[in-house]
Amino acid sequence: MENLELQKIANEVRKGIVTAVHAAKAGHPGGSLSAADIFTYLYFEEMNVDPKDPKNPDRDRFVLSKGHTAPGLYSVMAQKGYFPVEELTTLRKLGSRLQGHPSMQYLPGLDMSSGSLGQGISVACGMALSAKLDNKDYRTYTLLGDGEIEEGQVWEAAMFAGFRKLDNLVVIVDNNGLQIDGPIDQVCSPYPIDKKFEAFNFHVINIDAHDFDAIRAAFKEARETKGQPTAIIAHSLKGKGVSFMEGQVAWHGVAPNDEEYAIAMADLEKIGKELEG
Amino acid sequence: MSEVKKIATRDSYGKELIELAKVNDKVVVLDADLAAATRTGWFKKEFPDRHIDCGIAECNMMGIAAGLATTGKIPFVSTFAMFATGRAFEQVRNSIGYPHLNVKIGGTHAGITVGEDGASHQCNEDIALMRTIPGMVVMCPADDIEARACVRAAAEHEGPVYIRFGRAACPVVNDRPDYKFEIGKGTVLREGTDVSIIATGIGVGAALEAAEKLAADGISAEVVNICTIKPIDREVVVATAKKTGKVVTVEEHSVIGGLGSAVCDVLSEECPTVVKKIGMQDKFGESGSAGDLVKKYGLDGDGVYSSVKEFLG
Repeated sequence: MENLELQKIANEVRKGIVTAVHAAKAGHPGGSLSAADIFTYLYFEEMNVDPKDPKNPDRDRFVLSKGHTAPGLYSVMAQKGYFPVEELTTLRKLGSRLQGHPSMQYLPGLDMSSGSLGQGISVACGMALSAKLDNKDYRTYTLLGDGEIEEGQVWEAAMFAGFRKLDNLVVIVDNNGLQIDGPIDQVCSPYPIDKKFEAFNFHVINIDAHDFDAIRAAFKEARETKGQPTAIIAHSLKGKGVSFMEGQVAWHGVAPNDEEYAIAMADLEKIGKELEG
Repeated sequence: MSEVKKIATRDSYGKELIELAKVNDKVVVLDADLAAATRTGWFKKEFPDRHIDCGIAECNMMGIAAGLATTGKIPFVSTFAMFATGRAFEQVRNSIGYPHLNVKIGGTHAGITVGEDGASHQCNEDIALMRTIPGMVVMCPADDIEARACVRAAAEHEGPVYIRFGRAACPVVNDRPDYKFEIGKGTVLREGTDVSIIATGIGVGAALEAAEKLAADGISAEVVNICTIKPIDREVVVATAKKTGKVVTVEEHSVIGGLGSAVCDVLSEECPTVVKKIGMQDKFGESGSAGDLVKKYGLDGDGVYSSVKEFLG
């Protein structure tokens, strides 16, 4: 798929995020928007998944370790055809399949429930290990927040993945630099992130999280890396695509009101028009 | 009861896992650097490729097990009860319980019979913690025969299961031809009319011993073995309470949240009865031999006998 097409899908994913969070009057737009290009690349280019066959044992797996950015995952799944885009507005409401944090008991197509930070990467290790035990070719991907890696369990999992040489595992860190209490380097800095993963025997790639050429090259490099898991440190902009949310920690976990929603959608419509050329 | 065979249920766990793995290729075993103590080292010897040592990282181990389970494996996660249910509680709750994954947790070295290691390693809270997780089956076998049956039943059951095993050898009390195990079924081991002693784990052996002594005093005690604490056999609990009108519970666990609480939950709704809970009375344990500790804390046959006598007045 051409970059332009991916950019267009990512823009639709962003619209879905903003729409879902606005309808829910709660949720996490900032980190969903920062990861929208990664979500898009994973579901439309990288992963071997089929919305019509979500239980296929040979499918690639995805674990959203930073489960609070469920709006991003739901939005890309809707674009991919797992469920109608219209369902996004049921987010967080009673009876919805779109729980506040992803729950595989509710929504087919989710490979794991998540939300409590630091746990998804361990589960992804278990999935990757299972493929190794059974000599299967499927690959496992997990997306973490940069604040999330302050959780000690992340490094237990990293130790395990490095030691077990899980080269069928790709850990992506959405490095948008902001967590709830402020910039990550002012709360309890996890930097240097790349050197930490290197120390745990990962192959590490630093990329611009919004450059599809860089994203494509990184995932290709990960596939070609043998004997080591890969960590992609994706340097991103929190709130990417919505002018007043970009780089603003305040938009970590707050929904836009009607007026803000109109501005956000106008921003994204404008980007869409530019992409149409 | 001096001629009764004694076997630690952790040994039963280690042995039965090997038998299970021979007939079920989905079974894998996880450890956190305690394979020798949990007896899964025996499994490792037989099936090295199906044994995964996660190192001293129990929280991660629970997640690994969850991931394995999503792909169809049946992981038996093995570590001390303290770490399985205490340290990794939230991982068990959120990565295993909430998605209702097919993970089996073997918590060994439960209760005060850990002995000399002392209170830091004597988990008297595991049953209470695991009971609170929706969909979690909680079992506490009384002896070797029941422990092996629990392992087999856990593998057959679809969903998360916690099984509690002990370090110290305990008497075999279920060695009879008609022994049958079913998750959620309690068993009347001895019929009686004056008082019901409902016990779990090593409490069952102590209860039987106490019942024998009580009989010598002319007191007819009914002994009920509750292996599955969740879902508990409501029928057998209510029936025995109705029959005797006096209930004593025995467990090597805190009296807060364990078998005694589970029994009270049932009886308060269906058959209000005065219940005496024998167990750890909101106290930490301490170092000592298993035998000395159960004696000190009143969890041996003599201790149960005395408590029942006192309860009956």
